[in-house]
Amino acid sequence: MSAPRSAREAGLVACTRCSRVWPMGTERCGRCGSHLVSRDSRSLSRVWAWWLAGLMCYIPANMYPMLVTSTLMSSQSNTIVGGAIELVEHGAPVPGLIVLVASVCIPIGKFIAIAWLALSVRRGSRAQPRRRQHVYEIVEYIGRWSMIDVFVVAILTALVQLNVVASIHPGPAALAFALSVIFTMLSAQAFDSRMIWDRIDEARA
Amino acid sequence: MAEHDDLAQLIACPHCDALYHVRLPEEGERAVCGRCHSVLIRPRKRAGMRIIMIAAAVAVLVVGAVWFPFLRISRAGFSNDATLLGTALSFGTGPLALLSVAVTLMIVLLPLTRALLLIYVLGPIVFDRAPRVLARPAFRLSEALRPWSMGEIFALGCAVALVKVADLAQLSFGPAFWMFSALVVLTVVQDRTLDRWSVWQALEPQPLPPQDHAAAIADPASRAGTPA
Ligand SMILES: [Zn+2]
Ligand SMILES: [Zn+2]
Repeated sequence: MSAPRSAREAGLVACTRCSRVWPMGTERCGRCGSHLVSRDSRSLSRVWAWWLAGLMCYIPANMYPMLVTSTLMSSQSNTIVGGAIELVEHGAPVPGLIVLVASVCIPIGKFIAIAWLALSVRRGSRAQPRRRQHVYEIVEYIGRWSMIDVFVVAILTALVQLNVVASIHPGPAALAFALSVIFTMLSAQAFDSRMIWDRIDEARA
Repeated sequence: MAEHDDLAQLIACPHCDALYHVRLPEEGERAVCGRCHSVLIRPRKRAGMRIIMIAAAVAVLVVGAVWFPFLRISRAGFSNDATLLGTALSFGTGPLALLSVAVTLMIVLLPLTRALLLIYVLGPIVFDRAPRVLARPAFRLSEALRPWSMGEIFALGCAVALVKVADLAQLSFGPAFWMFSALVVLTVVQDRTLDRWSVWQALEPQPLPPQDHAAAIADPASRAGTPA
């Protein structure tokens, strides 16, 4: 069986929402109403814009406190990493690791992966398209899970309001971190994964 | 020479742009893109009815989970109930209030909106009526909201939060906690049942003639391609 050719090679423009195809130059999908572009030429600049915004929020997210815990005696504030390490030290390694993975490994991995994908499209890459597609799918799937730390802060804040005995308040890092997650999700969504496959299309054409 | 009708018989992989002739897979099988291995078509019998029922259950559970207490904490004579809405709104005033808006959307409003949209879109289809006027924008919106509806992530967040306060105070679950857990399972099942292509096909202004809904798997259009 011969390798499939792309809709673009066939002179068609595909709708990425509903997978219907239309003659090249059609502006709106007649089935779902989405705007049609064969390859989104501005895709990469939007990817980089959201990527940069996400990175700029990620730095303060790690410098400022995420949580401020006040008990009768003391008040203590934790950054993201500090909170995770504290969990591990208090004999709860699994939740500590979940937070650490979701708030540190996933975001940093995501920044690197998106940058690599965007660069590899522009420069042409020797890495297999299938592998790059795979990386992209992982980034899209896993990115939302970083939000977990924000939810933990929300739950703790709502829950631990025991007058003077103990109370927990959110720190500024919660907002910065949430924005960082949202921006990187938008960055990944802006990436047009069809560009990954264009090199081999062009080589064959 | 690409005619309007011919194009309705083709499907392009949304991830890699590979072009195929549509051949509906057998019940329980999937049509997979030969190039990037994305699932293109995954038909299920009575999927529509199942999704509607799940969506209705999700809507009821979200509304219920908002009002009932969710977790209760007690220590040294003080106690406090947390509701889902209280949790969502816990960031209070100031710039952090933005977070309250975002969290409310992600764990309450968007799951609810998606459930209602799906009922609106799929209702007439299941009963073989003409789609509603706004069915297509409604389904598009529902799909666009999908990554932002974060119930399952919130549920894992609960587990982490429980461990965090375990040595600070005593905890007990409220009814909303169990409602929310059920909701998470339902959402996952729903996402696995929903075949986007079938829904779009049903919403097509002129659907395919029935004889095309037969054989096995998608095969490359390049063999019988019709360049424009
Ligand atoms: Zn479309
Ligand atoms: Zn594909």
